[in-house]
Amino acid sequence: MSKPPRNVIQLPTGGRAVAPPGTEAIALPRPDVADKKISLFHLLFKDRFATAAAIVLVFVGLTALFGPMLMGDLATRQDLSATNRPPFSHGDGWAFILGSDSLGRSMVARLVVATQTTLSVALPAVAVSLVIGSLWGVWAGYHRGIRETISMRIADVIMSFPSLLLAVVILYVFSPSAANIVLILAVTRIPIYLRTARAESAELQSRTFVDAARTFGTKPNAIIRRHVIPVVLPTLLTLATLEFCYVMLAESSLSFLGIGIQPPDVSWGLMVAQGRQYLQTAWWLSLFPGLAIVLTTVAANVLASWLRIATDPAQRWRLTLPRKRMIMRISPKEVQ
Amino acid sequence: MLTFLRRRIVSSALPLLVVVLGVFALARLTGNPASLYLPLNATEQMRADFTEKNGLDNPIWVQMADYFAGVLRLDFGQSLRTGESAAAMALRAFPATLQLAGTTMLLAVVLAVIVGSWAALKPNGLADRISSFVSMAAASVPDFWLAIMGIWVFAITLGWLPTSGVGGLSSWVLPILTLLLRPFGVLVQIVRGAMVSSLSEPYIKLARSKGASEFRVVTRHALRNAAAPALTVAGDLAVGLINGAVVVESIFGWPGIGKLMIDSILQRDFAVLQAAVLLTAISIFILNILIDLGYAGLDARVRPAGKRSKASKAATAVLTEPKEGKRYVQTAP
Repeated sequence: MSKPPRNVIQLPTGGRAVAPPGTEAIALPRPDVADKKISLFHLLFKDRFATAAAIVLVFVGLTALFGPMLMGDLATRQDLSATNRPPFSHGDGWAFILGSDSLGRSMVARLVVATQTTLSVALPAVAVSLVIGSLWGVWAGYHRGIRETISMRIADVIMSFPSLLLAVVILYVFSPSAANIVLILAVTRIPIYLRTARAESAELQSRTFVDAARTFGTKPNAIIRRHVIPVVLPTLLTLATLEFCYVMLAESSLSFLGIGIQPPDVSWGLMVAQGRQYLQTAWWLSLFPGLAIVLTTVAANVLASWLRIATDPAQRWRLTLPRKRMIMRISPKEVQ
Repeated sequence: MLTFLRRRIVSSALPLLVVVLGVFALARLTGNPASLYLPLNATEQMRADFTEKNGLDNPIWVQMADYFAGVLRLDFGQSLRTGESAAAMALRAFPATLQLAGTTMLLAVVLAVIVGSWAALKPNGLADRISSFVSMAAASVPDFWLAIMGIWVFAITLGWLPTSGVGGLSSWVLPILTLLLRPFGVLVQIVRGAMVSSLSEPYIKLARSKGASEFRVVTRHALRNAAAPALTVAGDLAVGLINGAVVVESIFGWPGIGKLMIDSILQRDFAVLQAAVLLTAISIFILNILIDLGYAGLDARVRPAGKRSKASKAATAVLTEPKEGKRYVQTAP
């Protein structure tokens, strides 16, 4: 089959190769859909920071999955002869390398167990809000009109009030279990995806390839599934990576205020809160869980900003260049 | 202009109303305050009296109607805890938060404009590094942890600042620095981005070629046009600041509205909670109106001349768009 001439409207099969508005004129190298995954990995390893971030996140994920099993009951075993051990004191064994708390429990073991709790709240919350918010937003943006207006008003209402306060009120009404925290975090973050997906989909639904699909009689739901979602997805996934940071911080804040994860369960935010009373004598109780939060969120942030460039066909070439030349090639106008 | 204002007021009043109604209903769901305020051995009669006296035995819509009738008469009910007027308690706590948030916002804007435009003028320079570091930190450091580490370093270890309370100037430093991080981190990226695109516009070239000094080019020509995107996020930042205030006020014992709200939720002090929520919602509402006015003052395309044409509507839609992508701040080099 010969290639169709340029001036004929082409129907992109998956919509993947479509460049964002304003970049149509640039002749892009056709991204090969087949080996997209492999090339993404190659790109990842070319960027030192992104690689480091990915390694940190994989490590955190593995810790959450297998850590608690390896630790056994170490996180709850109290040893009143070893309370408030300072970190890095030699001769106490690896369990006390980061010190111990006021009940003589190992900080390392508690951090590892807290990793699982923290992630088991943050990841489902991000997933739920991503799926609901994106589908709703894409639907609202595609159909426009009253459906869009009502959706945006609902988003406005949720966004117009401090989410932390809303969470405090709701978690006080319904007991602060992990499921309720996931629910409230998901609800307060849905508008973020809703707004982004709505904006992108409203713009896409007037584009030629969507028009063409409509002309051929494709049903709205099929258009959304086949032509709109694949184009919006990279943006939303990048957003979700950023949102992961926000949700983790929010969960920590709630646990810190005493209405999130409840003892004897333990999360990073709760550990910071519990260490607060011992700040004068045992600084490590608050420092290390906070550092764990910072490390994870920084890694997710770095990966998100890499992902944003890597999934954007118009900017992707930047990652294929050596670092020094890359900085020179980006003129101030492009950096925004 | 009046049409524009009316439209904005109507569209922002709806969220306000929903929030106030929602908090009213939710607060009622937290349980009967009688069990919290009466002694454990209180008789059924005492409970019934307490419930009846505070109107808690009526159906929720009757309570709601009573409440709104009271609000119209500027009567916000009384605190169950202290017996004081709820409005007085909320109004007394409000200035403390306002001072804290106002100072923080002012500092954030001034610093963001300076560092952001400096970063835009010299890409990859010192200011650029500072701005990307700060916005990375803003997106990843939990504020309560920052506050606690601040107390540990500056109050406990070094003994320079007090650990909590409201006193002299030194007691302001830690709360403000903690609150400052997030708005500054977001704003500096937005100012930087807006300045970068504004500096590459033809009117800057014109200003330079007619011999305007670099300072004048930046302040008069570039910044004025870069101000609009920064203003768009100001409303969201203010909402975020209330979030931060709840945490920061409870850590530093700051007698503000955030602490009042947390306390009244935990003590089922409905009237105070509602008064505080209403006050917060109204101030966010007023702020949003002011932002819209400022926006219209800055950007002629938003200003509708009498009849709103389709084109100007489209312009408004396009111009308010950046709000949606605002968490897309560039964080890493």
